[in-house]
Amino acid sequence: MNRLKKIFTTDSYIVPLVAIVMGFLVGAIVMLVGGYDPIVAYSALFKRVFGSAYNFGEAVREMTPLMLTGLAVAFAFRSGMFNIGADGQVMIGMTAATVIGIKFAALPMFLLVPLSVIAAGLCGGLWAGIAGYLKAKRGINEVITTIMLNWIALFLSNYIIRAFLLLPGQNRSEDIPASMSMTFLNSIFDNARLHWGTAIALCAAAFFYVFLWKTKQGYEMRAVGLNPHAAEYAGMNVGRNIVKAMFISGVFAGLAGAGEVLGVFHYQSIFAASPGYGFDGIAVALLGLTHPLGVILAAILYGTLTYGSAGMSFSANVPPELIRIVIGSIIFFIAAQGIVRWVLRPFYFKRKKEKVL
Amino acid sequence: MDTLTLLGQLLNTTLVFSTALIFASLGGIFSERSGVVNIGLEGLMMFGAFAAAVGGYYAQDAGMGEWAPWVGVICAMAVGVLGSLIHAVAAITFKADQTISGTVINFLAAGSTLYMVKLLFDGAGETPLLDGFSKLAIPGLSKIPVIGEGIFNSYPTTYLAIVLVVVIYFVLFKTPFGLRLRAVGEHPSAADTLGVKVNRMRYIGVMMSGLLAGIGGATITLTTTSTFAHNTISGQGFIAIAAMIFGKWNPVGAFGAAVFFGFSQAIRNYVQMFEWSQNIPQEFIFMIPYVLTIIVLVSTVGRSAAPRALGQPYDPGKR
Repeated sequence: MNRLKKIFTTDSYIVPLVAIVMGFLVGAIVMLVGGYDPIVAYSALFKRVFGSAYNFGEAVREMTPLMLTGLAVAFAFRSGMFNIGADGQVMIGMTAATVIGIKFAALPMFLLVPLSVIAAGLCGGLWAGIAGYLKAKRGINEVITTIMLNWIALFLSNYIIRAFLLLPGQNRSEDIPASMSMTFLNSIFDNARLHWGTAIALCAAAFFYVFLWKTKQGYEMRAVGLNPHAAEYAGMNVGRNIVKAMFISGVFAGLAGAGEVLGVFHYQSIFAASPGYGFDGIAVALLGLTHPLGVILAAILYGTLTYGSAGMSFSANVPPELIRIVIGSIIFFIAAQGIVRWVLRPFYFKRKKEKVL
Repeated sequence: MDTLTLLGQLLNTTLVFSTALIFASLGGIFSERSGVVNIGLEGLMMFGAFAAAVGGYYAQDAGMGEWAPWVGVICAMAVGVLGSLIHAVAAITFKADQTISGTVINFLAAGSTLYMVKLLFDGAGETPLLDGFSKLAIPGLSKIPVIGEGIFNSYPTTYLAIVLVVVIYFVLFKTPFGLRLRAVGEHPSAADTLGVKVNRMRYIGVMMSGLLAGIGGATITLTTTSTFAHNTISGQGFIAIAAMIFGKWNPVGAFGAAVFFGFSQAIRNYVQMFEWSQNIPQEFIFMIPYVLTIIVLVSTVGRSAAPRALGQPYDPGKR
């Protein structure tokens, strides 16, 4: 009992919770200034997510790529790199899954689907691996290369779809016969587009945890992330760890892409601009304090807020962009924990007094 | 069209595309030279572009005519500085992770600017069109072949950007202020021992980045798009970060990198004019700037050295 009490009163729980409350307060103030009723807006937000089976299922669908891209960014972060390129890795993953899913349609489903998913993960990983390789071999800052690779991935994917897989007269690929839909759940949730990607995301989080904290290779990666010079002095191969970390990060993002095309849309569109998966992933990773469990919780929060924000604009007429202010503020308060602690100080003070007595 | 005119126009378009990048990457240099990572340039540009579109629009409405775009620029500077203060407070005063608080700027900017646009203009997704800057030919100089058309017949913001490159280079490397700013980014505790106020210098660095990135954003609405919408900035801030790193945190280097990015964007428009380009899928032409960057990085630049204390909050107790 005492131990349980300790867990729930430690900073690692209280600070994020208070940060979330403060983020909602900032959003409420912004709404009041804009002349909206925050209570109506927030209740509309939660009503949209939890009001019907269909919407709840769709919200879970929305959370899935966020979990994977969040894990991707967080994994790179733990290994000392800032992967701004999850967006491009998702695009490449989507394209690989689409190509395999359409071109090998003759294969039986139980082979075709895993093959497409594996191809997506592998290609996403290799795409991120380019940035890792250039950093390891030539010392080129991964921030630049991943930004550039995002654009290249966008245009390369568009080219592949347009040149080889285009549905005549449309701005998208042919339909993909391979599917990751979870048909048994879809009927329960009123045809919400739930898919196996969610299960993959949870497995990926478990892998993330076990790999980084329970294996020797993971230990090396964290060591390189914390201090590459010390790691090198200790005899670790820094370059190889960098490439490996980027590869794994890219695999996560690539899998997110597979889920989106094989589970949700069943075709791939030609994108006019970056779809933004990677940037949401950065936010989720930071919200989740780059810990796998945190990332899952953060993806749930982020998915709920973004999916619910549409409801807010339908019923309370509040521009859905407001939710970005809420999310931004939450990240701000989590990052600047000093502010949260300052707010909490009276409470801490009281607790210390009790101890003295 | 003869080759010389074509070259002149290519140079001109290059500068149009590079101007915003020059401002924003100069801003990034100020912040990062003082030791504060600034991933938030994208958001700061967004604040600037928004403020310029709104400020410029109302100034135009009030009948300020040719001065209206300048009002927009001033609004952009002010809003950029305000936005950067969020980053400064979190990263410097509260010692937050600088990458995270920079990302916060991007988020808050994307959310709040569109929220305000919808609030101000009855739910519209973008601001009304406004008259931006018009090109200003410099008498005499604009008559020189190629360079005249290319450089001396540009927007006033382009001239300002080029002048600022020289000024900021001078300030950073030839004045005591610049020395202090760089010292704070390289070795804050040594600077502190010599009486330099570390956190004050860092606040100045970050606020300058807001000011300059704000002008950068304003440049885009006032010269190329004439309006502010969700996709007005679309990655320019990140490219400015790339230009800053590419240019090794040096104003002249960043200027070169920004012009390189501008050139590869401009060349994309010109390649499409030639008949042989019909055989190349357009996606490959769109890729040119980004592939070129990676090739150039791999073949020439190599390892770039960031300011030593970049990313570390300064804690006087930790000396």
